[in-house]
Amino acid sequence: MDNNELLAGTDPAFTVNGAPRQFGPGPANTTALDWLRSNGLTGAKEGCAEGECGACAILVAQPDRHGGTAWTAVNSCLIPMASLDGQELLTAEGLGTPGSLHPVQEAMAGAGGSQCGYCTPGFVCSMAAEYYRPDRGAPAQRPADSGAAQPSETGPNGFDLHALSGNLCRCTGYRPIRDAAFSLGRPPAVKPDGDPLAARCGSPAPALRTTLLERGDGVFVRAATLEQAASLLAANPGAVLVAGSTDWGVEVTIRARRAPLAIAIDRIPELDAIDVREDEIEIGAAVPLSEIERVLGARVPLLGQLIPQFASRLIRNRATLGGNLGTASPIGDSPPALLALDARLILASAAGERTVPLSEFFTGYRSTVRAADELIKSVLIPMPLAGLTAFHKVAKRRFDDISSVAAAFALTLDGGRLTRVRIGLGGVAATPLRARATEDALAGRPWTRETAEAAAAVLETEGTPMDDHRASARYRSAMLANALLKLHADSTQKQEEQS
Amino acid sequence: MSSLSQRPQAPVVGLAVPHESARAHATGQALYTDDIAQRTANTLTAWPVQSPHAHARVRSIEAGAALAVQGVVRVLTAADVPGINDAGIKGDEPLFPAEAMFRGHAVAWVLGEDQAAARAGAAAVAVDWEPLPSIISLAEAIEAGSFQGVARTVRRGDAGAGLATAHLVVSGTTECSGQEHFYLETQAALAVVDEGGQVFVQSSTQHPSEAQEILAQVLGLASHDITVQSLRMGGGFGGKEMQSHAYAAVAALGTLLTGRPVRVRLNRTLDMTMTGKRHGFLMDWEAGFAEDGRLLALKAQLTSDGGWCLDMSEAVMARALCHVDNAYYIPDIELRGRIAHSNKTSQTAFRGFGGPQGMLLVEDILGRSAPLLGIAPEELRRRNFYSEGQSTPYGMPVRDAGRITGIWEQLLERSDFAVRRREVDDFNAAHQNRKRGLAATPVKFGISFNLIAFNQAGALVHVYKDGSVLINHGGTEMGQGLHTKMLQVAATALGLPLSSIRLAPTRTDKVPNTSATAASSGSDLNGGAVKDACGQILARLAPVAGAMMGVPAGDVRFSRGIVTGLGVAGPGVPFADVVRQAYLQRVQLWAAGHYRTEGLHWNPETMQGEPFKYFACGAAVAEVEVDGFTGAYTQRRTDIIHDAGDSLSPMVDIGQIEGGYVQGVGWLTLEDLRWDDSGGPNRGMLLTQSASTYKLPSFSEMPEVFNVHLLEHAVEEGAVYGSKAVGEPPLMLAFAAREALRDAVGAFGPAVRSTTLASPATPEAVFWAVHSASDAAARGHANGGTGHTPGTPAPEPESGQPQPAAVRP
Repeated sequence: MDNNELLAGTDPAFTVNGAPRQFGPGPANTTALDWLRSNGLTGAKEGCAEGECGACAILVAQPDRHGGTAWTAVNSCLIPMASLDGQELLTAEGLGTPGSLHPVQEAMAGAGGSQCGYCTPGFVCSMAAEYYRPDRGAPAQRPADSGAAQPSETGPNGFDLHALSGNLCRCTGYRPIRDAAFSLGRPPAVKPDGDPLAARCGSPAPALRTTLLERGDGVFVRAATLEQAASLLAANPGAVLVAGSTDWGVEVTIRARRAPLAIAIDRIPELDAIDVREDEIEIGAAVPLSEIERVLGARVPLLGQLIPQFASRLIRNRATLGGNLGTASPIGDSPPALLALDARLILASAAGERTVPLSEFFTGYRSTVRAADELIKSVLIPMPLAGLTAFHKVAKRRFDDISSVAAAFALTLDGGRLTRVRIGLGGVAATPLRARATEDALAGRPWTRETAEAAAAVLETEGTPMDDHRASARYRSAMLANALLKLHADSTQKQEEQS
Repeated sequence: MSSLSQRPQAPVVGLAVPHESARAHATGQALYTDDIAQRTANTLTAWPVQSPHAHARVRSIEAGAALAVQGVVRVLTAADVPGINDAGIKGDEPLFPAEAMFRGHAVAWVLGEDQAAARAGAAAVAVDWEPLPSIISLAEAIEAGSFQGVARTVRRGDAGAGLATAHLVVSGTTECSGQEHFYLETQAALAVVDEGGQVFVQSSTQHPSEAQEILAQVLGLASHDITVQSLRMGGGFGGKEMQSHAYAAVAALGTLLTGRPVRVRLNRTLDMTMTGKRHGFLMDWEAGFAEDGRLLALKAQLTSDGGWCLDMSEAVMARALCHVDNAYYIPDIELRGRIAHSNKTSQTAFRGFGGPQGMLLVEDILGRSAPLLGIAPEELRRRNFYSEGQSTPYGMPVRDAGRITGIWEQLLERSDFAVRRREVDDFNAAHQNRKRGLAATPVKFGISFNLIAFNQAGALVHVYKDGSVLINHGGTEMGQGLHTKMLQVAATALGLPLSSIRLAPTRTDKVPNTSATAASSGSDLNGGAVKDACGQILARLAPVAGAMMGVPAGDVRFSRGIVTGLGVAGPGVPFADVVRQAYLQRVQLWAAGHYRTEGLHWNPETMQGEPFKYFACGAAVAEVEVDGFTGAYTQRRTDIIHDAGDSLSPMVDIGQIEGGYVQGVGWLTLEDLRWDDSGGPNRGMLLTQSASTYKLPSFSEMPEVFNVHLLEHAVEEGAVYGSKAVGEPPLMLAFAAREALRDAVGAFGPAVRSTTLASPATPEAVFWAVHSASDAAARGHANGGTGHTPGTPAPEPESGQPQPAAVRP
């Protein structure tokens, strides 16, 4: 590894529950959860080790993009502890003690929100993040899903239940937890006797450090610049790129893999920006999905529909488009939407940059045109956007599940006629794909029930779906056809309601 | 009123208090087994060597490469077992098997300095496998005649004759999936050995005494050499009743051999691939109805999938057979039960313990038959409820039978059932692609262990000189609030405020020979024992206090920490003063309590008797909405009235009811265990072995409106302070959600048509049921009447449920 340009390796340091701590001995791949637990903070639990249950949730002080700090809930089981170098962490133990409960803990304990209690510290952390969310109170702006009636997911206090979508409880049935969440007031005003955690939000969050940790099992390094990352990658083509680490973390915990070299790319300015221009929107590959939702959720309705259905808030606070595209899973949720949006990717290496249409990016099961020395720098979404868009995800569970099938539609209508059609599919082939035959069947035709039905018959035959534990091939095909029929039914219903 | 059920003035039982550990839970201070391991220096971690085959002989195990891995300390194999190499009670559960009986079966364990070392070591152990033929699915087992244990039959009257006289006979097959416990805390144990060779094991277990016995068996020691503690579990649900013992045994063996503390904590993948689950059932049935809908006869063959060893499968089947009747009187009945032997994890106890599967059968029959009879499902159910004087098929009188009808009527009124029925019908008429469903189902669940000996418990209550009280009892805490209730029972029995009572961890050296905390019996049994111990102490304190106040012992009253005498003016004497005086008079200030449930008898051969102390009852009304495009659905509203007797702790009981209901909804609609039964290389693999592939209910499955009420004035004479068990029965309230889905699916079809629905009714299963219904509607099957055969071929490839209906006039 060429680390001449990097700082000398130091022992990563953190502020944990207000106290300074050193990383100390231990492998470079140590997860935040394992580090906390082996350092006496056993409040966070391992329930699944893959970011599905939230028993490991903790809070990290992250920039709120307005110069302040947002207490952000994350899955500590997935994050390398080294990547939190310089950060401020809070666990359930740091929020309060049995003799002096935090308001969130008070609400949970008093409402019967815990039974076995194993998931409770994680719930408390997720709930605390929402408690401190500065814009809580304004009900979340989310495009109405066109499907079955949506239960009320926002409390009278503005609490968005999606904040808890990544936390599982096997005991309570959730009602008392919802009651606890919906009963929370505002953090007390910042005064001498106010809430120091609320006060903390008023000043900047610590910056990510250019960390270098070299241990027997591997090396963790955070690059400061795109050039640095590219040259490291050029010299070490087998290196693992991590930003949120929500995908790689699962490899570490479930499959016991270890990264000889992990390069964190979450501090690179070009990868961490959202740039809205007249002709296109550029989204940095390492911007967390929660941030994309905040900035673009209303501006790009398809993303506004996609992101709340993408895993859980805990995951979205860390997960990135670069990761979801780079891992090239056929059941990733962002590719269908980005395919429908006609997105292009900018790939960067030490040799320079190139732009690739997303529809040409995937080459096979979990393989792409990205060369070993390239990283995904950003995603480009051309403007203007299509007028009629929809993201249809079919899964067993509504909150936080992996798609059996996902279909994204972007239809441009001119005088009732379809002038431009883009359809992205997931879960029906070895790669995400464009439904080109269906696009052809729709383009130029009037947006009528007959057109939709004829095209649905084509859509049903797209891809090569298979039988697995999530769904049968037959169901997947039927869901493709029905996604289009449902889109038509919903769009005409909306028209009727408007007229 | 019995003295057991009678409550004194100002009882602490009945108060809605939060879980006794709620503040510790919320702050991360509550410790679980592996948290203690993290605090124990010098601890080794154990990791299993798992079989990659569904069935294979172990020719040899070569540990050399594993021992060469840095940090690996020892490899445990069968040769290391000083006692009997069996971690079960039936002699069919080798801890280190010579033949792997399922994919994932542990054949050796590696001890390492940390998890990474142990895991790397396990990967390096070389096992020479000889693959053998395997049986995976229930159908394969039945085909091959692969069964285990004793088949049992519950019989009353002549089912054949009853069917012959029926107005309508409906037949079919009902299949239900198993269920993964998915306690959030996986199986865990930590063992240490002391200077005298005594082994102390902290285990996340529901049955410390049985763990102790099994450790003694494996280690070749006596029970007094072993102490097992269960501080608390992060959920159990039956999955830690017996399945926890093997891991405690590995930890105990490891510590005995190395002298170092040894921890076992399964990660989720290990837990799901190694531990038992709820039994899947396949049930063939024939049911006969009178013209007015009365069930006249039922004949059924129940086959459960027991997995690779017997575990508690016989008892699970017994409870299943004893719950097919649910709340309904069926005069002529023959229920046969048998247990398949397959190359899967050994299926085990899971909340309801066979009851849910048995009750699913009759609810499925009624749900499928109601349209054929032309009777609304809720009316069909009501007409079949037990009435006073009737008995169950196994010969037990249904006392308080009127309670079922009473709950039903209250619930239908409270939930506005009739009004909402019309609203749902109106909605369905106005919407082509979305339909709503509404349904009500009852629960009647027998309380007590079928194994009579288990219906006893012990407690140890200490009163210290300062008047503070420490209680021990034999029950374990898994989140169900048992400890909270026991604190309330002790406070009530001693006339003290809750703050005066403390509860010590459950351990075998405090209260010996305890039963599993299972069968919903924890509060009944341990509450009886705690009350007994407290009563003994008060009986000794009363004369002391009486002498202090100048009244006979019989006129002394203990309440809210103050001791008073009848007719004695003034504020009374603080409890602590009486205690101090008693100590000076050399009065024993502690007591061991014992409780046994009276009146039980059961003949397991004939399957007749009175195995239950009483029945817990309840009913639920559920409303759902189904999206016809996808089969996805939402739980719009659920109303429940449940009979917890006079509740010991209402917040705890409501929590049990809500949690049980949602867990039941998970089993019936969402949780989808998939095993590879193909002939491919992954044969026998659990395909859904993680939280990302096996989905539990989350917030999105909670009913949007969720009204739960305890039945009022529900005193149960036969249980402590008039309460009833509440752990398991509410799970089966979830049938209402399944029947509501059936109702919604039916609304896509012709007016009269029997709707079959797979279990679990996942969105895909619901979609195919909707597809069948719409198909039938399109093909003009709306011919009505009760005599037709719904002969639409089932296109659903995964429903596993051929259409029913051999219908005779």
